[in-house]
Amino acid sequence: MSEHTMQFMPGAGFRARARAAVDNPALRRSFRAAMDFLIAKRSAQFDDPLELETLRTLGEQIRQYNLGKLPELLEQLEARLTGNGIQVHWAETPDEANAIILGICKAHSAKLMVKGKSMVSEEIELNHACAAAGIEAMESDMGEYIVQLAGEKPSHIIMPAIHKTKEEIAHLFHDKVDGVAYTDNVDELIQIGRRVLREKFLVADIGLSGVNFAVAETGTLCLVENEGNGRLSTTAPPVHIAITGIEKVVEKLAHVPPLLSLLTRSATGQNISTYFNMISGARRPGEKDGPHEVHLVLLDNGRTQAYADEQLRTTLQCIRCGACMNHCPVYTRIGGHAYGTTYPGPIGKIVSPHLLGLEATATLTTASSLCGACGEVCPVKIPIPDLLMRLRSEAFSAPHDDPRLRGQGAARSRLMSGVWQIWARIYRSPTLYGITSWLASRFNCLTPSRQGPWTAVRTPLKPAPKRLRDLLKEKA
Amino acid sequence: MQTQGVAGKRPADIYFFATCVVDQFFPGAGLDAITLLEREGIRVHFPVAQTCCGQPAYTSGFPDQARAVAAHQLTLFPENWPLVVPSGSCAGMIKHHYPRLFADDPQRRAQAEALSLRVYEFTDFLVNVLGYAAQDQGAECTVVLHTSCSARREMGVHLSSRQLLDGMKGVTVAMQDHESECCGFGGTFSLKQPEISAAMVADKLESLKATGAERVLSADCGCLMNILGHAAWKDAQDGQTSATLPGEHIASFLLRRTEQGAAK
Repeated sequence: MSEHTMQFMPGAGFRARARAAVDNPALRRSFRAAMDFLIAKRSAQFDDPLELETLRTLGEQIRQYNLGKLPELLEQLEARLTGNGIQVHWAETPDEANAIILGICKAHSAKLMVKGKSMVSEEIELNHACAAAGIEAMESDMGEYIVQLAGEKPSHIIMPAIHKTKEEIAHLFHDKVDGVAYTDNVDELIQIGRRVLREKFLVADIGLSGVNFAVAETGTLCLVENEGNGRLSTTAPPVHIAITGIEKVVEKLAHVPPLLSLLTRSATGQNISTYFNMISGARRPGEKDGPHEVHLVLLDNGRTQAYADEQLRTTLQCIRCGACMNHCPVYTRIGGHAYGTTYPGPIGKIVSPHLLGLEATATLTTASSLCGACGEVCPVKIPIPDLLMRLRSEAFSAPHDDPRLRGQGAARSRLMSGVWQIWARIYRSPTLYGITSWLASRFNCLTPSRQGPWTAVRTPLKPAPKRLRDLLKEKA
Repeated sequence: MQTQGVAGKRPADIYFFATCVVDQFFPGAGLDAITLLEREGIRVHFPVAQTCCGQPAYTSGFPDQARAVAAHQLTLFPENWPLVVPSGSCAGMIKHHYPRLFADDPQRRAQAEALSLRVYEFTDFLVNVLGYAAQDQGAECTVVLHTSCSARREMGVHLSSRQLLDGMKGVTVAMQDHESECCGFGGTFSLKQPEISAAMVADKLESLKATGAERVLSADCGCLMNILGHAAWKDAQDGQTSATLPGEHIASFLLRRTEQGAAK
C-alpha cells in the first residue's frame, strides 16, 4: 500500500485526529465562526419555513424520481451527449477513471491540465495520477488552489480551504508563489491567485471540471460556480474533460431549477451562484471559442452498491451542498481533515462506506450523536441519522460471503456482541432488571468512581439510593 | 406537534413510561412528573414490569437486541390510554422507531403502530392535551432551557417546555447561544467518541453559563446527566464547593414552583 493510499484509511487514527483537532483552540474557533456564518447565510435565504419545506419535498421527489429510473436515464444521457458530440466514458473504479483521463491527455500530448473544482476528481485522486504521469494538474478554484499549494486536501466540499486563516494563506503565497511579497490583504491575495491562474488558463492543454447536474433529455452538463474558473476551465483549453458520479443525472431540464435553487441557497446562502454553465457540446464550425473536444467520465466507485439497497440508495440523492457539514456539531468541532475521507461530515459518513468499504469507515459511523441537525437541513431530505444507524448495524452484523455492503461485519467483536446480549437479557426481563437495578441502587456506594471515558470530563454516574418504582411503592 | 388527546378529550387515565434513566438516576423527576399529573386529576398507571425503551442498543447498531427489549415493553400498555414519557428521546424511540423495528413482524408492528399514536412527551402532553398552565408561586428567577435534539427534531415538541416556562410569572427564560445544538451526549457516542463529546458538552455548558441563569432545565434526563455531570466535574476542577449551575428536570421545577409557599 502506498503512503498516499494510507491517508485513505480513515478508520485508523480517526480518534487521534479528532482529539488533535478538538485540542486546537484556534482551529475550533475558526471552524465555529465559519460554520456560524454559513448557517446564518442559509437561514436568511429560507425565512419562510413553508416555502423551504415545499422546496425540500420537491427536491427529494426530483432526486428520487430520477434515481428510480437511473439505468434508463444514463443510457439516454449517453445517447444525447454522443449526439451533441460529447464523448462518454464509463469508469467502475478510480483507477479506471484515471486511466481514461490520462489516456485522453496522452492522445493530446498534454503537459498542463487546469482544473475547475471537482470533488469526484478528489475522490479518484486525479492530481496524484497526473503527477505520476508527468502531467501538471493545477487547481483553479481559489480554495482548491490554496489547498494544493499547501499540499493538503480540501476540508470542506464547498469551501476547500475553510480551515486556513488569511495569515496562513498570506505566508503560503509568500513562500510558494514566485515574486510575491507578504500581504494579508484578502483582495490582494485573490488578485495574486488570479494572476497566476489566468496565465495557466491560456496555455493549458486540458481543462477538467466536475458536473452538478447532467440532463438526459438534452445532453447538457450543468456546472455551478462562483469564480468564473469553471467557465474558463471548460472553454479556454482545447480539450474539456468533465467527470462526475453516475447519480448526478436528471431526466429533464425542468428538474434543474429547483435543485439549483436548493443547492446555492443551502450551500452558501446565495440566491443563485455567480456562474451557471450549461455545456452542450464542443466548438461547432464557425464558432470562435470553446474546446474542440469534450469528454464526460461517469464514475461508479461504489455507487451501484448503494443503489442496490432501497434505504442506502437515498445517499445518492445528495446534491453536494455541504449544509449538513455546516450544521454538524461534530464537523464544527473537528473540521474536515480529521475524517480522512474525500467527503467529510455527515454526508461523508454515509457515502464513504460505499467508496471505501466498512472496514475503513465503521469508526466514522460512530462519530455522531444522532442529533439530527444534518437531516433537518438536507435540501433533498436524506435521512442521514437513520442511515448512520443502519451502517452501524451493518458494521456489527455477521459477515456475509457475498456482502451487500463491502466490509459488512467489519466491526464485529465478541465483546461488543456479548455486552449487548447481556444488556438485552436484563432489560427484556422485568425480574432480571428488577434484581440488577435494585442491587445497583442498594449498593450505589460501590459504584466505581472511574467510569472510562465518561469520567474524563464528568462526575461518575451513580444510581439513586431508591428507584422510581421504590419511591412509588412508598408513596402508595 | 400533537394537539389532540387520544379521544380528542382530557383523558382520565394514562400510562407513565419512566425510562431507565429516570428510574435509576433521576427517580425524583419521575415522581414529580407523576405527582403533577395526579394533581391535574389524572390517574397515572405505572406498569412495574417496564424497563427500557431499547434505544441504547438500537442507536449503537444492535437492532436485534433492541427489538427483544422493545417487544417486552409493547405488552405493557394494553388499554387505549395515552402513554406519557418524561423524555423526548425515549418517546421518539417508541413513537417513531418501534413501528420500523417491527416492520417484519405483522402482529407486533400493528401493536407498535397503535401504540405510536398515543405516545406523548411529558411537556407536550401537559400543554397540548391538558392545556396546562403553571400557576407560578415562586420568587423571581432566571432559568435557561436545554431542549433535547429528539424533542426538537424527532418529536417536534420543543416549544412546549418554553411555553410552560413563558407562562410563569416569576420566571425569566434566558437564551443561550447555539440553543438548538446538541449537548454531546448521544448515548454510546459519549463513550465511543469521548473527545468530541467532551468538546460539545464543554461548549454547551459555557453557553448555558454565559446567560447568567440560576439553573438549567430540560425535559430530557439523558442530556441532564451529561450536562450536569460535566458541570459538577468542572466545579470540582475549579474548586467550587457548590454547583455554579444547578439543574433539574422541568417536571420538578414546575411542581415546586406551583406549590403553596414555593421557593425557587
